[in-house]
Amino acid sequence: MNRLAQLVWVLAAAMLIPAASGAGPSKPPRAPAFAVKTIDGRTLASSALKGNVVLVDFWATWCEPCRTEIPAFVALQKRYGPKGLQIVGISLDDDVKTVRAFYQRFQMNYPVALGNAALAERFGGVLGLPVAFLIDRDGNIRARHVGQTDAAVFEKEIKDLLEKPSPRS
Amino acid sequence: MDIQNGISMLLLTAALSLPNGARASASRAQSPRLIQPAQLAKLLSLPKAARPVILHVGFRVLYEQAHIPGAEYMGAASEAAGLARLRARLKTLPKDTFVVLYCGCCPWGKCPNIRPAYAAAKALGFANVKALQIARNFGADWVDQGYPVASSGAKP
Repeated sequence: MNRLAQLVWVLAAAMLIPAASGAGPSKPPRAPAFAVKTIDGRTLASSALKGNVVLVDFWATWCEPCRTEIPAFVALQKRYGPKGLQIVGISLDDDVKTVRAFYQRFQMNYPVALGNAALAERFGGVLGLPVAFLIDRDGNIRARHVGQTDAAVFEKEIKDLLEKPSPRS
Repeated sequence: MDIQNGISMLLLTAALSLPNGARASASRAQSPRLIQPAQLAKLLSLPKAARPVILHVGFRVLYEQAHIPGAEYMGAASEAAGLARLRARLKTLPKDTFVVLYCGCCPWGKCPNIRPAYAAAKALGFANVKALQIARNFGADWVDQGYPVASSGAKP
């Protein structure tokens, strides 16, 4: 066997082994089901958001990187809401009054609820702020952003996911 | 003449260096004394009496999910309630207590809690207080590094 034939054999084997062992592209994790009470007293269940692209943002009013992201989220909700985007804010503040005041001041246009450790753990843990999860129309987590993230990154990912058809359509 | 010039130069040098020294001193006064995660993790293996008092000045949900074993929850020190709780706890301790403050909510340069907490401890006369320098967040710089973690309900 000459060197070229050896190389072809090794490459072919390398391609076959993962297929034989069942390895392939890993499936994205499923977004956890949740139901939260928003700061205006309504119940928001994840089941009601099926078919939408959902961005769940864990944040706090006193967190500067979180605050910096909020105007971009307001703009994204306004621009892409009619196309199927739903942003959900999960505030980790202790005091709902502070969050309500912030909501008014920043003219937030998407639902916000107070979070807790159980909800954070359902999302795999929130051990720093902000953390945003981008969920596709099928309920799979497609991106997890820890720390302040450029609005252009969110916009590109949202546009890509919105272009995929809804399972309901 | 040479001596006069020499004295003048010395006086000029002293005059120029004084503001720099003063600035450096002021900067040292404002900058927290730091402890790194690896250093604190080592201290946790010491007998309890030799360990520092560790006070968490971040947010409740973070503490409930994961905190440094033995750390006490004070609340976000950027808010009045958290700062008041911290001051009240510190007032129960002798002034020479080795205190470590930590948050881990956000990247070090943007953490709104650690500096007010440190300033409060210094203002109360605590000389042996250090801030745990968490570069990114508690998850990345403590939990993911394999350092000891406890989780429980907050004790506000």
